[in-house]
Parts: sequence; C-alpha cells; structure tokens
Amino acid sequence: MEWLNSVWMKIEAAFITKDRWMLYLKGLGITMEVAIFAALIGIVIGTVAAFMKLSVTRKGKPSILAKIANIYIDVIRGTPSVLQLLIMWFVVMKNCHNGILVASLTFGINSGAYVAEIVRAGILAVDKGQTEAGRSLGLNQFQTMVYIVIPQAFKNVLPPLCNEFIVLIKETAIVGYVGMSDLTRVANQMTSTIYEAFTPLIGAAVIYFIIIKLLTILLGLLERRLRKSDNR
Amino acid sequence: MITVRDLHKTFGDNKVLCAVNYHIHPGEKIVVVGPSGSGKSTFLRCLNLLERPTSGEILFDGQVITDPKADINKVRAQMGMVFQHFNLFNNLTIMQNITLAPTKLKLMGEEEAKENALKLLTRVGLVEKADAYPSSLSGGQKQRIAIVRSLAMNPKVMLFDEPTSALDPEMVGEVLEVMKELAESGMTMVVVTHEMGFAREVGTKVVFMDGGNIVEENTPVEFFANPQSPRLQEFLSKVL
Ligand SMILES: Nc1ncnc2c1ncn2[C@@H]1O[C@H](COP(=O)(O)OP(=O)(O)O)[C@@H](O)[C@H]1O
Ligand SMILES: [Mg+2]
Repeated sequence: MEWLNSVWMKIEAAFITKDRWMLYLKGLGITMEVAIFAALIGIVIGTVAAFMKLSVTRKGKPSILAKIANIYIDVIRGTPSVLQLLIMWFVVMKNCHNGILVASLTFGINSGAYVAEIVRAGILAVDKGQTEAGRSLGLNQFQTMVYIVIPQAFKNVLPPLCNEFIVLIKETAIVGYVGMSDLTRVANQMTSTIYEAFTPLIGAAVIYFIIIKLLTILLGLLERRLRKSDNR
Repeated sequence: MITVRDLHKTFGDNKVLCAVNYHIHPGEKIVVVGPSGSGKSTFLRCLNLLERPTSGEILFDGQVITDPKADINKVRAQMGMVFQHFNLFNNLTIMQNITLAPTKLKLMGEEEAKENALKLLTRVGLVEKADAYPSSLSGGQKQRIAIVRSLAMNPKVMLFDEPTSALDPEMVGEVLEVMKELAESGMTMVVVTHEMGFAREVGTKVVFMDGGNIVEENTPVEFFANPQSPRLQEFLSKVL
C-alpha cells in the first residue's frame, strides 16, 4: 500500500500537478509536426535525388546529376544528424528563428538521402521487361516511366516510406539541442523541475512506443493489402 | 524492308555479334534458329535498337535507323516485338495494355483504339478478358495478348524472341496458331524459335546463327534436307 502510494505521488507530480500532461502533449505535437513536415520534404527531395541517381548519359554511364545526388547521399549518411541540425541552426539558417522550419528542413534533407535509396530500389525492382515492352512499342522513356514503371514502383516503395516516417519520429528527439520543446525535451526538463528522473522519462518513452507501435500495426495492414492486390 | 550491314555488338570484351549482314524483304517470314548464346536475341534486339549496335548499319524502309539523329521511337512504333516472357504491363488491364501506346502516341483516339482492340481480341478469341489484369491469365493467353498489343500499332514488321519458350507445352499450339494466321495475312516476320515445325511450315527463309554469325541461310526445305555446314548438321542432329 505504502509503495503504491509513493508511485502514485510520483506520477501525480510528473503528469498531473499543474496540468503538466499538457506540456507532454504539446511536446508530442512538436515532435509530430517536425516528423510530418520532414517526411514530406524528404519524399520530394528523395524522389528528385533518386531520379538524378538513375539518370545516365547517352553512353550508359552515370550522369553529372547522378554524381551530384551521390555526393549528397554520401554526405548526409556520413555525418551525425545532431551535427547536421546544429550546422543548420547555427550556421546555414542562423537568421531564421522558426525552430519548426529549421528542424523540418534539416530532417527533410536528412531523410531525403534515405528516401532516395528507397525510391531508387523501388524503381529498379520493376522488371526490366516492362520498360523494354514500353520502349518497343515506341513510347519514350518518360512515357514508359509515367504510365508503366512508376505505378508499379509505387507499390514497392509505400511500405519502406512509411517505415522511414516511423524512424523520423524517433530521430527528431534531438531537436532539444536547438532549444525546441519536443516530447523528449519536455520529459528531460521535467526531471529537474520535480527532482525525479524515472517517471517523466519512462512516461515519454511509453508515449513514443505507443505511437510507433500503432503506426507499425497500420503499416503491417497496408503491406498485407498491397500483397493481396498483387494478384488481382 | 530491313537491311543489316556489318553489324557488330560487344558486351565488354564479349563479342556477341560479328559482322552480320542480312536483308529482309517485305512479306518474308525469317525464322532464326541456333544454339543458346549464339546471339539470336541480341540480333533481334538490335533490329529495333533495344540494343545499340557497337558498329554497323541498320536500314528500315530506306532510313538509316542506327544514325544517332534517327527518331528511335518513331521507328519502334512501326516494329512490333514479342518477348519470351510476355512483358504485359502488370498495372494495366488487357484493354489498357493494348490501347496505351496507340493513344499516347496519338495514332488513334480513345474510342477508335478500343474498337480496334476488341476486333483484335476477337481474332485471338480473348474478348472476354478485356477487363482482366495480366496476372489472371495463363501463359498462352498472355502471349496472345502480347501479340495483339503489338498488332494494335499496325506495325510493318513483327519481331518474335522465342515466343513459346516460356510456355507449358499444352499452350504452345495456341500461340503458334496465332502466329501462323498472322503470317498468312502477309505480315513481315522475324522469329527466333526452337519450334522446327513452325520454321518448316511458316518460314520463307530459315537462318542458322552460331557464334555471333549467320552461318547458313536457306529455304526451309533445303535448310532441313541439305544442311551445308558441319555446325548446322550437328545442330539439326540434336534438335530434330
Ligand atoms: N545485356 C547483356 N550484357 C552482357 N552480355 C549479354 C547481354 N545480353 C546478352 N549477352 C551475352 O551475349 C551472348 C548472346 O546472347 P543472346 O543474344 O541472348 O543469345 P541467344 O538469344 O542466341 O541465346 C551471351 O553470351 C550472353 O551472355
Ligand atoms: Mg535468346
């Protein structure tokens, strides 16, 4: 009884007193906002980068665009995302004080490098015979892409793209470095407000876990739907 | 109709075609046979430039299509190609498979293309499959649709790359039947196949390829009755 009482008091202090749960909720809002904007930016950048990477010269060698895309992907994958965030906040966009914007852009550019690989793999996974059939009928490369390859690649990339979004939700936990009050930072600050670390940190972890578990379940359902429609 | 002059094709250091010369007249049915790896597919794919020749010239209706300035898409629109693995567009219905190219290339309006497709589907006995997706068809049906898809472009010549090799034996006949009818209708055809019966019955010329070269060419009767080169004799002794 004694023990249960002390646990409740800790929970009360961490979440209920002074409506503190509102802080977590707001933090979660910022986390999700950054993740969603970053995912959208990442899809745009990543798709462009994927097509750049797939572009070849007339002789079949990688084009200049492909080389540029490769450098971008290499640099993003080869540096810590915390540093990318700090560089964006303190150097590249130091005159911009909109944290959401800077964070969304940072993670969008970061995510784009991974999305590029997802999209590229999705396109390459479409049987070469599909392209050959399109070209043999006189369709040009663009028409073949738009009417035949991309619709089939879309099914390949949807699940890994959703997975990338799930990863982003966790990745954004570092935006506290540039002073944004996302879910992780709210929990972290709470530990010094109530002089107790366990409850707020575990609480935040549980919130992340529930959101990500829910999305993973949805992703599983989506994958099953896609697989079914394969042999329509 | 098609003239091939001194055609070479190499993949890396692998010389796949070596100085191939050939001429195809309108209305001819050229059947190409030869051992696996002899360059038959590569030869066929060079004709519509799915493979870029390393050197040499290909003329189609008097136009040098190997010229970098030639409009490949215009050329390909006049040459049908049927693949071993059908390559029907998986994301489209049979009707859409057939009408996609004619409508997108503005050769026909939507309605006209559909009417034409239905006519062709009737010809191969598959009208009821118009709204089905390729994955619901048998191999033989897929290949007949693939032929129809090419025919919908009103091509001047049809190229076939082992059209029956991926089929279960009981489906080979229905596809060969469609090809036979097509041949009777006067279509110019180049057919790579292992079906010697088809070569004998439908071919106007039979061509034997080996080691990246055309080793021998003759009328079907002479080709099978009087093979000249030892390599062809050996090949025929294996396949007949
Ligand atoms: N895209 C390619 N890249 C590299 N080598 C190839 C390619 N296509 C064909 N080859 C090679 O060319 C040779 C002839 O192939 P192919 O024309 O397919 O022969 P066939 O159709 O007579 O069996 C083979 O040795 C094959 O490995
Ligand atoms: Mg072959």
